[in-house]
Amino acid sequence: MMRFLLLFSRQGKLRLQKWFITVTEREKKKMIRDMTLMVLARPPRSCNFLHWRDLKIVYKRYASLYFCCGLEEHDNELLTLEILHRYVELLDKYFGNVCELDIIFNFEKAYFILDEFLMGGEILETSKTAVGTAMEEAATLQETMEEYMSKPTF
Amino acid sequence: MVMNISMSCSTRAMSPSVRLQEMIRVIRGARTQGEERGVIQRECAAIRAQFRQADNGTRSHNLAKLLYVHMLGYPAHFGQMECVRLIASPRYNEKRVGYLGAMMLLDEKQDASLLITNSIKNDLSHNSQYVQSLALCTLACMGSAEMCRDLAPEIDRLLRASNSYIKKKAALCAVHIVRKVPDLGELFTPAARSLLCEKNHGVLHGAVVLITELCERNPDTLEQFRKVVPELVQIMKGLVMSGYSPEHNVAGISDPFLQVRILRLLRILGRNNDTASDAMNDLLAQVATNTDSSKTAGSAVLYETVLTVMDIKSESGLRVLAVNILGRFLLNNDRNIRYISMTSLQKIVQTDHNAVQRHRGTIVDCLKDQDASVKRRALELSLALVSAVNIRSLMKELLLFLSSCPPELRAHTTSGIFNAAERYAPSQRWHIDTILHVLTTAGGDVRDETVPNLIQLITTATELHCYTVHKLYRALITDISVQSLVQVACWCIGEYGDLLLRGECEETEPVQVTEDDVLDALETVLQSHMSSPATRGFALTATMKLSTRITHNVDRIRSIVSIYGSCIDVELQQRAVEYNALFKKYDHMRAAVLERMPVIDKSSPGHTNGESAGGIKELEQTKLTQEVVLPKDPGNQVCDLLDLLGGSGEPVPSSGLSHTVPGPATSTSGGDLLDLLGGLDVSPAPPSVKVYEKNGVTLKLQTDSQTDTGMTITLTATNSTDGDITSLTLQAAVPKSVQLQMKAPSGDVIPARGLGLVTQTVLLNNPNKVSLKMRVRVCYSSQGAVCQDTVQIDSFPSPAW
Repeated sequence: MMRFLLLFSRQGKLRLQKWFITVTEREKKKMIRDMTLMVLARPPRSCNFLHWRDLKIVYKRYASLYFCCGLEEHDNELLTLEILHRYVELLDKYFGNVCELDIIFNFEKAYFILDEFLMGGEILETSKTAVGTAMEEAATLQETMEEYMSKPTF
Repeated sequence: MVMNISMSCSTRAMSPSVRLQEMIRVIRGARTQGEERGVIQRECAAIRAQFRQADNGTRSHNLAKLLYVHMLGYPAHFGQMECVRLIASPRYNEKRVGYLGAMMLLDEKQDASLLITNSIKNDLSHNSQYVQSLALCTLACMGSAEMCRDLAPEIDRLLRASNSYIKKKAALCAVHIVRKVPDLGELFTPAARSLLCEKNHGVLHGAVVLITELCERNPDTLEQFRKVVPELVQIMKGLVMSGYSPEHNVAGISDPFLQVRILRLLRILGRNNDTASDAMNDLLAQVATNTDSSKTAGSAVLYETVLTVMDIKSESGLRVLAVNILGRFLLNNDRNIRYISMTSLQKIVQTDHNAVQRHRGTIVDCLKDQDASVKRRALELSLALVSAVNIRSLMKELLLFLSSCPPELRAHTTSGIFNAAERYAPSQRWHIDTILHVLTTAGGDVRDETVPNLIQLITTATELHCYTVHKLYRALITDISVQSLVQVACWCIGEYGDLLLRGECEETEPVQVTEDDVLDALETVLQSHMSSPATRGFALTATMKLSTRITHNVDRIRSIVSIYGSCIDVELQQRAVEYNALFKKYDHMRAAVLERMPVIDKSSPGHTNGESAGGIKELEQTKLTQEVVLPKDPGNQVCDLLDLLGGSGEPVPSSGLSHTVPGPATSTSGGDLLDLLGGLDVSPAPPSVKVYEKNGVTLKLQTDSQTDTGMTITLTATNSTDGDITSLTLQAAVPKSVQLQMKAPSGDVIPARGLGLVTQTVLLNNPNKVSLKMRVRVCYSSQGAVCQDTVQIDSFPSPAW
């Protein structure tokens, strides 16, 4: 399973963090710092695979964003590159020519899309179109429910 | 700003989002860290205030703002209760943000997480699948063991009776539950089985992941699921042969994600099982042959296939096919694929050694790759591939690599080179040359044992002493910065300085070296600020040793030694004082004390590549069990004797090889003369008594020391026959109240015709002062026959001193 997925900029600013394991805030901060340092130090055209503690780290750069995830022993690194690519494609489809600013200003949407694609560190949906459909239907639901359920909670 | 779908539909949805985005804009506009902190503090205060108020329709957006602030690294724990409240809300947008907040701010360790269990439970039965989906997602993300136990039956229900959208989420939720509470695996097994009949890829994928998880944790479940191998094979075949499907196609491969997971499950099911492995053989061959690997997706599938083939009981033809795929990967332009290939080859290098050897050339080429990850993999693999056949050529490459390798890999490279050299050195000269080359190139990155190891090696290469000392002298006058090299060089010059001065050498061009040259070199080391204290110790001792090996400049040595008698470094001062004493009061003993060192024995196991470790280790065990107490390594005679004379002696190093810090003068406090001489086989020989003589084998006993309550004796065995005596063991028995301790023997082979001997020291402790008797059993093999005799010793000779 994937242990975590991080998105950070060339300056090391975190744009998205998804943790599939339970770790303390402190530990999370440390791991983010380590990943950022390690990945940003890599020369261009390097191999996309690293080793860190007992994990395999796979990272890929898309324009100004680094996508970085930690894998376990039995996970397929090459497939993970495809997973990262698929996520970028989903973001691109949703936002239309996605760029870093989209993810900054609509981070919650980026999370919603991610949650339709991965779950518990595993792939949830392998179809390109299904994720987009789910997002659209959820958005419709959001408006409908707002009108339908316009009564107070308590 | 890009058009956001939810934004475009309703004005009501538009304004709160803008408020969030407004805040983000303001925060990003801050020019300093301090300014940013100010903005965030203000916002957080406002958010807190809003949380305390009654519901005014902005709660979800306030929480969203808080989550953004959290991502920047600021504390947000005061939002936890708000998450709980929002999750309980009937409004979808509030639930959505509430669950997102729960996943970001709550984990199973927080108390608040338990509070959402009830909401999750309710939402799992909500009539909207999107609400159900939120609950499933959150449970799979941060559900504690407690929550999982509570909600497992619900998940099982959803696994069976719901639509594909929910089923696939329930499957991965079940995976999380099984990870948290493995016992619950049994609950999900039947549902998992039936999910394999689904057509929806998402559900299938979830099912395969769930089954994999169940099989990994429970061997009985694994046994059960072996029956579905044919079904899995069918599904795979369908994927491989299917035409283009726009929904699932990635670079010409139909759903590579699902293919890889199925292959991984097949691996687990086929492992150690012939039937299952047979059932998947054809499929694996088909996938291996037909998958297009020009893009990453195809390579990923091929990679997984190779891993599976190598792990199950596959036919040899299939294995060859798999290794060839890895070989092809090695030549791929894509660095990632080269890296993957090497990690896989590393996994199989022990079991399929010959197959991997065929690709040695390419692997060695990868040592020159620019990428550090690739270099590291290539190094590991190259070291694993060293064998007696390729040692010379491979070592050339490794040494070349060492001269330009990245600093973080140097230590590993040097120790790998040393190990390889030790196991497969084709000649002693090659071995010494290789170690010297490493020391010259990377002497700062070698382990501490290298110095004594090299010294030990040099002493055993008796015919090469002249060559070695010449070579080391040359290295020393070139550069004295590498401590390890300088130490060995000093030791060598001290020991074999006479050979150096003689000027003639078979193996290398001789150099005209005068006594002054040599002493200059040693003095340079002594005085240089680059030399560590240990190195200076070596140099001083070497200088002293030369006093018996040179003829003209002994006075110079005398003056060097006396200068260091007042050195600030305590160790050097002590040595110098002792050497002074050797010059003055004990000059008659100097020659004997500084005599040539005996050959130092080695006892370390070898482990050759490609062979299983088991066999070699067994051999080693039987060799070392001599049915005696083994407190020290065998062959450490010199140190043993030090102990025997009651001197405190220096501590025996615990590494696998035995050695002493060279030079008998490196001894204890006080400069007691007995200690100085303790480490030597020095004449006159103490009286010894012949206790056994038969078949050309003679056993003599001498008493080294004797006190009121004990004694130390040495048994010496010699052989006058024409053939070697092998497998010699000595066992001893003494009266009940006497304690016996046999030290390790110097060896178990007595060379023929008296050319060598075997000694073994025995300590006897006799607290009750009974009359000492001893029975010794001698066992050995002579000319193919095994002989065994027992002798009784009733009286012991008087001790030497």
